[in-house]
Amino acid sequence: MRNFFNNKSRALECDIDGYLDRVTTAGLIFNEGVKAYVTGKRDKFENKYKDITALESETDNVRRDIKHDLYSYMLIPESRGDVLGILETLDDIVDVCEKVLEKFSIETPKIHGFMKDDFLELADLSSKAVEEVVNGARAFFREIAMVSNYVNKVQFYEHEADDIEEQLKRKIFSSSEIEDFSHKIQLGYFAEKIAAVSDVSERVCERLSVYAIKRRI
Amino acid sequence: MIIIIFFLSSGVFLGWSLGANDAANIFGTAVATKMIRFRTAAILSGVFVIIGAVISGAGASSTLGELGAVNKLAGAFIVALSAAVTVLWMTKAGLPVSTSQAIVGAIIGWNFFSHTPTDLTSLSKITGSWVFSPILSAIIAFIFFHLVKRIIENSRIHLMRLDAYTRIGLIVVGIFGAYSLGANNIGNVMGVFINSSPFKDITVPGLFRFSSIQQLFLVGGIAIAFGVFTYSKRVMITVGSGIFKLSPVTAFVVVLASSVTLFVFASQRLQNILISLNLPAFPLVPISSSQAVVGAVMGISLAKGVKGMNFRKLGHIAIGWIATPVASAVLSYIALFFMQNVFMQDVFG
Repeated sequence: MRNFFNNKSRALECDIDGYLDRVTTAGLIFNEGVKAYVTGKRDKFENKYKDITALESETDNVRRDIKHDLYSYMLIPESRGDVLGILETLDDIVDVCEKVLEKFSIETPKIHGFMKDDFLELADLSSKAVEEVVNGARAFFREIAMVSNYVNKVQFYEHEADDIEEQLKRKIFSSSEIEDFSHKIQLGYFAEKIAAVSDVSERVCERLSVYAIKRRI
Repeated sequence: MIIIIFFLSSGVFLGWSLGANDAANIFGTAVATKMIRFRTAAILSGVFVIIGAVISGAGASSTLGELGAVNKLAGAFIVALSAAVTVLWMTKAGLPVSTSQAIVGAIIGWNFFSHTPTDLTSLSKITGSWVFSPILSAIIAFIFFHLVKRIIENSRIHLMRLDAYTRIGLIVVGIFGAYSLGANNIGNVMGVFINSSPFKDITVPGLFRFSSIQQLFLVGGIAIAFGVFTYSKRVMITVGSGIFKLSPVTAFVVVLASSVTLFVFASQRLQNILISLNLPAFPLVPISSSQAVVGAVMGISLAKGVKGMNFRKLGHIAIGWIATPVASAVLSYIALFFMQNVFMQDVFG
């Protein structure tokens, strides 16, 4: 009976760990992609865009497998809903990362020199938020007491990203270098979308905090 | 034969009600949280209640025998019936009730009726155990809770594996709990019939001896198992999701603590070991599994540092210690009077 339980739970553990690894990778690819675009390396950017598209459909498949196993093996009846809730909101992060790179690829906005650093910093902060939210999710599965530590970090990065986003938008709309108002709107939109990655990370954290309280014995 | 079956029926009825109500204390949370299917829980508790009753039921039963040796089948029928009716009536009225306390009251009612002096040593041993058992259960739960918490926090077990272990743990402690319940509480159901047992010892030389008392306990065990199968599902869901709302890990600690408590008040072997080590031994007394569970939940509340203990619940338990035996004794006395004077049956010899 021990092996019976162990094999099933071990397989699920591996799947979940693999899934979390993919979310971290998505955050890193996203950061590299934005960096490549902003610094004008279009070939590298398009490769990153391809990578994240492939990764996005892969994470969907892994999540579906986990969902199937959680329900068909009747593991964690009490908290499997919570587990799926976490995995699904983590999936939103990957989706947003992919969508941002897709928009860059389709719309190819012109990035002026004065805003490059802010775009890079914003992508970096969002990527860090993704990394920490995945650490928080790992803690939820293995070391519940550590969850709040990672939640704090994500909240910090999200707050920083908000500040940079606002600062960047102000620069964009007060700039005389950009003539068209529509271009300003477009760039403001990109700033919002990059910061949205950290916003979604924070939303996952809110769930994590509640589920962590529920899990405490 | 029909008369024998008729007279045993009150004990069977009491067993059925015990199975219907008390199995929920063992598997309630596991079933309500869908960690274990009801069928699995019912089969395991049914089988192990019977095993516990037949193998280890003699200890707690003999203490009831010391309290009052009901020596006529008709008298035993009335004593068990009074206890069963008291349990049923108090349950319907929404009052906390324990089979152990009901049967003790009914036996005392018989003692009064038959002018048999009640053995005060046994009575104090029994009532003392009632007070002590929830406290012991609370202490055990307090210790186990800290132990389990420390293990979980330090071992960094993955949630999936923790869940699998918890499920195995709930099944194992559930089996232990069913065994202990059978061993501790079979005396309530069949104890009063021991002195008037209609069964004969069955001996296969060199192989086994199946005593008349064990046969009696087998009948009682089957009655309890029947109660589990036919009626306990609803009680399990009420206990598991309505009253306590425990997490599976906490439920594991509660069942473990209350099962250990039932076990120490039922195991002759443990008593012999403690005595041989010159340690104070636990008296073998039927206690209330529900009160052991309440004690364990309180122990966990204390361990969690929950402020504002539910004193109403403690008050309910204390009321049960007095109200149940008194009600049962009065009922038993009146029913014995009717049995003797209306139905012309010898209720004591």
